[in-house]
Amino acid sequence: MANLKPVPTAREFDLAHDSLRELNAFLHKQAVDEGVSQIHVRNPDGAHSIAVGLNAEIDVQIHGHVGYYAAGMNKYASVTVHGNAGPGTAENMMSGRVHVKGFASTAAGASAHGGLLIIDGDASLRCGISLKGADIVVGGSVGSFSAFMAQAGRIVICGDAEDALGDSLYEAVIYVRGKVRSLGADARFEPMTDTDRAAVKSLLAQAGRSLDPAEFKRVASAKSLYHWHADADQEY
Amino acid sequence: MCGIVGLLVKNPELRDRLGALMVPMLVGMTERGPDSAGLAVYTTPVPDRHHKLSLYSGENTVDWPLLLERIAASFAHAHEMATHGNHAVLTSAADPDELVAWLAHHVPAIAVLSVGQSIDLYKDVGAPAAIAERYGFKALRGSHLVGHTRMATESAVTPAHAHPFTAGRDFCLVHNGSLSNPHLVRKKLEPLGIEFETDNDTEAACRFFEWRLREGDDLKTAVQRGFSELDGFFTFLMGTDRELLIVRDAFACKPAVIAETDDYVAIASEFRSLAHLPNIARASLFEPKPEEIYSWRI
Repeated sequence: MANLKPVPTAREFDLAHDSLRELNAFLHKQAVDEGVSQIHVRNPDGAHSIAVGLNAEIDVQIHGHVGYYAAGMNKYASVTVHGNAGPGTAENMMSGRVHVKGFASTAAGASAHGGLLIIDGDASLRCGISLKGADIVVGGSVGSFSAFMAQAGRIVICGDAEDALGDSLYEAVIYVRGKVRSLGADARFEPMTDTDRAAVKSLLAQAGRSLDPAEFKRVASAKSLYHWHADADQEY
Repeated sequence: MCGIVGLLVKNPELRDRLGALMVPMLVGMTERGPDSAGLAVYTTPVPDRHHKLSLYSGENTVDWPLLLERIAASFAHAHEMATHGNHAVLTSAADPDELVAWLAHHVPAIAVLSVGQSIDLYKDVGAPAAIAERYGFKALRGSHLVGHTRMATESAVTPAHAHPFTAGRDFCLVHNGSLSNPHLVRKKLEPLGIEFETDNDTEAACRFFEWRLREGDDLKTAVQRGFSELDGFFTFLMGTDRELLIVRDAFACKPAVIAETDDYVAIASEFRSLAHLPNIARASLFEPKPEEIYSWRI
């Protein structure tokens, strides 16, 4: 027994030398088979699809900026980007946690079903578009058309929102602290309840932020688009 | 889909390395634009009353020294020519409009890619790396440049349809996106005597902006006017002899990221084309906001 080496629990990939396919294959299978619980990725240099489709409780630390679709379709894993993220970060996430320490480009968290997406900086346009149940906490501001047609889940915006926030919302709820340039069709401000304040407090705590939930406003659907109105003006 | 790259060096010491810094940027955008590539580079201007014409012969073989002799026989001015395979830069003291007309009449196999005092323009079909190699992009020097890799979506893959597009003098434009009303723009410009070379949507935008510049707008005003005249998706990157400008449409569907340091400002569709640049870790990185105009002057 004495000459058995301990199994390493961390592993490092350097995308300056290792291929992206090698990395993702490792994250999909070998990481679990070999009992590796933490994976560091160096020199991501904006590569696409880093750490997509993960399906295990592993911790991935990406040291640099990532391109399109980083951590997309994530399940169970925790992925941290120590840099900025390209379009579609954590799109279609099912569970787990994705944390972008810099800014995120367009469509962050698009269509995500579950889990938590944290963006410390700003998120660009269409953040949380078609959200289906995940939670998103944005430390900065969000671009136009954020939460467009979002169906379920919560988005906490610590900064401002550009145009058409929450256009055609379904059951998702937005909490915004700063200025909203304009609300989208059928979105409206609603009073904050104790349940809302508790939700914001909990989400902020999970994102490591200590703001006062009382500073946030609630945006939700007026539900006037839920049913077809035969009498409505149909001219476009 | 297409890739755009732009680079303006603020530190004059980097002017000799402009091409070397840019080639990995352009090649980095190969997946976004594998069918054609092009580049406009702005060099030290030629002396007053001189102009440079970038000439391209495509698959036709042109005897450049003979052509230079024929030009000298027709125009009693000083002329110089630097050649690179099927590409040549003609520097001349003759009136550039007369030269262009003479070339169109006598050597129709040659396309005039650009006219100006600073601009040199290269574009061709093929992989970006092959085109960079073909025309020696690595050795290019200058103050700023505008580059493009193309994945054609709305018109043919030919050298003429490749970007950058130019109009007038020392102006060029590259485009990622697609316009939905290029024919309306064209219908508006053609009665003003503005001629088009292709059916490409980007050419309509290029000629629209250049028309506004000639009408007295500065580039920002022209772009502002473009918001109501040009319909569609765009990230436009434009160059003049003094300026580099980028703008995205209101929906910002087409990506762009900017890296700025004390030494340079670099622009690309994606960060992966900027990752190799010197001191990139300390650069200020940001995405241009929709309908906000960003420009830098040399």
